[in-house]
Amino acid sequence: MKPEGAELKWIDYSSPETLAEALTLLNEYQKDAGILAGGTDLIVKMRADRINPGQIIDIKSIPELNQVNINSNNDLTIGSAIPCYKIYNNSDIMDLRPELKDSASIIGGTQIQGRASFGGNICNAAPSADSVPLLISLGATCNVQSINGERTIALEDLFSGPGQTILEPNELLISITIPKKSDLSGANYIRFIPRNEMDIAVVGTGVSVTLSSNKKNFESVRVSLASVGPTPIFVEGIDKEVSGQEINDESIRVVSNMSKNASKPISDMRGTAEFRQHLCEVLTRRALITAIERAKEA
Amino acid sequence: MATVKKDYKVIGSRPVRHDGVDKVTGKAIYSADFSISDLLHGKVLRSPVAHAVIKKIDTSKAEKLAGVRAIVTAKDFIGSSDKNIETAEDRNEGETTRLKYLRDNVLASDKLLYIGQPVAAVAATSSHIAEEAVSLIELEFETLEPVLNTTQGLNSKSIIHQELETKELGTKVPGKTNLAEHIQHKLGDPEEAFKHAEIIVERELTTETVHQGYIEPHAATASWSNDGRITVWCSTQGAFPARDTTADILGVPISQVKVVPLEIGGGFGGKIPVYLEPVAALLSRASGHPVKLVMSRKEVFECTGPTPGTLMRVKIGADKSGKFLAAQAHLEFEAGAFPGSPVAAGSYCVFAPYEIPNILIDGYDVIVNKAKTAAYRAPGATMAAFATETVIDEVAEKLQIDPAELRLINTAKKGTRRADGPVYPTIGCEEVIKTIKDSEHYNSPITEPHVGRGIAIGYWFNVGLESACTISLSKNGTINLIEGSTDIGGTRTSIAMQAAEVLGLLPEEVIPSVVDTDSIGFTSVTGGSRTTYATGWAAYEAAIDVKNQMITKVAGIWSIDADNVEFEDGVFFSKQDTELKMSFKELASKSGAPIVGRGSVSKGGMGAGGGSFAGAIVDVKIDPETGKTTVLRFTCVQDAGKAIYPSFVEGQMQGGSVQGIGWALNEEYFMTDDGRMTNSSLLDYRMPTSLDLPMIETIIVEVPSDGHPYGVRGVGEANIVSPPAAVANAIYHATGVRQSRLPMNPASITKGIQDHRSDILNSMNC
Amino acid sequence: MTQSKTYVRCVINGEDTEFLCEPRQSLLECLRDVLRLTGTKEGCNDGNCGACTIMLDDRIVTSCLVLGVEANGKTITTIEGMASPDGLHPVQQAFLEEAALQCGICTPGFLIASKALLDTNPNPTEEEIRFWLANNLCRCTGYDKIVRAVVKAGEKIREG
Repeated sequence: MKPEGAELKWIDYSSPETLAEALTLLNEYQKDAGILAGGTDLIVKMRADRINPGQIIDIKSIPELNQVNINSNNDLTIGSAIPCYKIYNNSDIMDLRPELKDSASIIGGTQIQGRASFGGNICNAAPSADSVPLLISLGATCNVQSINGERTIALEDLFSGPGQTILEPNELLISITIPKKSDLSGANYIRFIPRNEMDIAVVGTGVSVTLSSNKKNFESVRVSLASVGPTPIFVEGIDKEVSGQEINDESIRVVSNMSKNASKPISDMRGTAEFRQHLCEVLTRRALITAIERAKEA
Repeated sequence: MATVKKDYKVIGSRPVRHDGVDKVTGKAIYSADFSISDLLHGKVLRSPVAHAVIKKIDTSKAEKLAGVRAIVTAKDFIGSSDKNIETAEDRNEGETTRLKYLRDNVLASDKLLYIGQPVAAVAATSSHIAEEAVSLIELEFETLEPVLNTTQGLNSKSIIHQELETKELGTKVPGKTNLAEHIQHKLGDPEEAFKHAEIIVERELTTETVHQGYIEPHAATASWSNDGRITVWCSTQGAFPARDTTADILGVPISQVKVVPLEIGGGFGGKIPVYLEPVAALLSRASGHPVKLVMSRKEVFECTGPTPGTLMRVKIGADKSGKFLAAQAHLEFEAGAFPGSPVAAGSYCVFAPYEIPNILIDGYDVIVNKAKTAAYRAPGATMAAFATETVIDEVAEKLQIDPAELRLINTAKKGTRRADGPVYPTIGCEEVIKTIKDSEHYNSPITEPHVGRGIAIGYWFNVGLESACTISLSKNGTINLIEGSTDIGGTRTSIAMQAAEVLGLLPEEVIPSVVDTDSIGFTSVTGGSRTTYATGWAAYEAAIDVKNQMITKVAGIWSIDADNVEFEDGVFFSKQDTELKMSFKELASKSGAPIVGRGSVSKGGMGAGGGSFAGAIVDVKIDPETGKTTVLRFTCVQDAGKAIYPSFVEGQMQGGSVQGIGWALNEEYFMTDDGRMTNSSLLDYRMPTSLDLPMIETIIVEVPSDGHPYGVRGVGEANIVSPPAAVANAIYHATGVRQSRLPMNPASITKGIQDHRSDILNSMNC
Repeated sequence: MTQSKTYVRCVINGEDTEFLCEPRQSLLECLRDVLRLTGTKEGCNDGNCGACTIMLDDRIVTSCLVLGVEANGKTITTIEGMASPDGLHPVQQAFLEEAALQCGICTPGFLIASKALLDTNPNPTEEEIRFWLANNLCRCTGYDKIVRAVVKAGEKIREG
């Protein structure tokens, strides 16, 4: 009979200081490993008895997972273990990609942001993850390694189901790379929650837009959605419909309606399917308007 | 009895509370902080199903786990369960409760009646081992069909208590049922009166189950000594009621049990029942060690009493001038797995702010397969007010009368009779409504779109009950004040201030202590808005007793009659020779028998001091596309009689208002079809955070209560009654859509706008 | 692997501290049950109420979601370390004067969080205060007097 308590089963803990050591441990423990960055999802799930890894590998001491890198092309690479507060307090990151604050400042509250990381948010793979839609809209890629080698995965291809990624049991997310920002582009993430903070997104929308050189037309729009499918959704086919079109109420609504039609929400205690679909259109429209404003200011 | 004065020396001031430094430095000991040597840790096995017959509880595997010291079940209670007991909640109603019901809610005996019901408990050397042992206990049961709301309860063939008979208007009626009681109150001839009403509004409304949401989970430690004495350390809203109920449940005399109340991290009524105390005691007896149990947050939500969901119908008939001619209410409240929803209190409060000559109220206490409900701050009144106050708002709109004015036309006054019987003494209902009507908030213009304003009034009758207090005078002119009211919100200070006022002392010259059940006379719950009122009264009388003893003493020193001695401004003096005087401090330093004063009060059941009225004015802004409600401005108006410590009164008003806002907008239990709560965490049970609220403005009205030496009215509860209705009215005025369900969450508001006011959406720009 | 306790060494409230714990014990559990520093409270054990808030190095965190073993080498401040022998911290004093506590169970978490805010932003707006403190739940006060206390404490600290 499962009790209602909140105690953890026995765990062993290690805190490797090099990437090589971590990858070796991960290869040894495989499915029994739990990767610990901020712990704000891992420990919660373990207490609720939803997962039971016996080997906790703390990755916060590994340099590659805690670095910020900007290459000569202005591509931004963020270590997967960096906590949210370090993202929005980092002036290099905020100069290059201020929209990242949209996500980083709303994952939980102040204390959670002191620990939670984008990497953890991604690998936890909840459909409601607040960092994912924005990063997908920015064209982010995941840098993954194991003792067998490394690979790069487009973020929108990473998820295979609720709480599931395509990562092998011995693979580790090292960092996330966001390609350089083109001029005349802007992005925004907004979500709908019943309160003003602390809630899981009922619907979340990440939008990135690139304007034409005269700032009057769409050149490209990328939209990604949280909480309206078993995985975060990347809305396909938008550019085909609006690239080159004048930016106006009508073309904006084309995008927001495509977003609504791409959603596949279920009804649960956080919202009904009907309400979520409705919100997809509303939030996409609003995020797109903000992204356009930001692109014009850029 | 003292006349209520306008200027006091201490009453009405804002000293630093006596327990304040300990609470801001982390030194204060709450129930989970407590420890004692030789301690074991306990965990509870809980029912996985909502309704079943227990076949077998097999603890053999669990017993073998290393570190396990004892396992207990309902078999370990002493003596027969076949009798009736008077609990703290029974006191108001003159009722009793079956002992079996009390025991089954602590450890189940023959049936499983809700998911989370305690079935067995383990004591072990660590909480980790105890939890592992719990998972090894094998529970065999035969499931029965669950009953999960009042409609099912009234119609289903699945009977929860086979021996239960409906108490129909006071008389037991044979026949199997889930309806524990039907009560009715009637005044005049409502059926006839409705025929003459020029306007009638009738609505059906529902509210969902809501939890008190105290931040501190329940915890208790118990030690059962070889001499049979049982000591319990816990956070409780009443050490004495907890003692009595724990003793009854265990089957021992009350003199065998001592409850030591620790600091308490919120209760709001939810910490009046006992859950862990008898279990800890049984485990201690079985193991021979003290045992401590602490609930998890999940257990708090799923296994402790929330306040019930309801189905209500309210009908009001008025004439064109706005006078209410008739009112009718049908109140169906879920009791949970055992009888005792707050439907009776709801029936007293539903039309309480109004003088209506013809009233019919029917209340139904319905058993369902959910946790037994417990009191939540003015229990029953908030749901009832949600119904009445939104119907009144509709009447006001139909008659084109200002909502505050309509309430003034019909306000209850001294001498008004309620349908349930009581005739009001001096009350402040009219004053509260007038204050709302004249307030700057109510008269300020609304300039933004999608913003609406709503008001509502609410009542709580407050209780008096028993309190005791002793005061010992120290040689240095300070006093030690001993009382038994556990302090949830600063009452040791508001009580100390009432004694200080009598004796001309400063608050810091009073040293209050909240003590255990061996150390002071019987003191009833910290609840029912009675603590500052009744225990303060006991402290007042104890202080008078000290003063009189000191008068006798100084009279002896001066060899004059005690009748010739007066005490004013901290000085004793002879009426006949004003040169003969002595300060309080000097007299205290004189040798002689110790001066110990006592006060002991019994201030009646409900309606103590006439109760308190409170109202709310709220402005909300609605996002029509998402249904998101933002509270822009909130004002709470409450009659406090006399505010002993204004900051604490404001704090009660603000706290109750915010709980009401949470109740209005987002708080509810999500239940599956088989009776499981799916949102039993503070993530998905959404209480307001600091970011969800504006400042909460407060206006304290003071209409002194008849009788109390300082005119105090308890203020703890009435302030939660009106906010949900006020928010509902505000949402209506912002959107044009009437709300008939609590909570009014974004999905339901959006749907209402889509279905009834699509013009609002069409008018919005992209 | 044998199940044995881990040795942890850290600085708590300015003092070198060492303790033994199982890796599965949270830092909250270590503070309360192992070190008997019970000022930090447990309200939910899943990061949603903030009653367990402490300073871990330069940042406030919910200690229920930190493992005790992660504290090794770190600097921690709990409520017990806020006042000094000279007196209460201005935030503590302000909470008392503004009656910003009723039952007091959430107060240690709020004090640690509020002090952290004022240390980085000495003159916060009401909105900034409310946003920063949204991870701390209070059920008694409705937050009004807490916000006032933080504003008052900020004034006092700026006055020096």
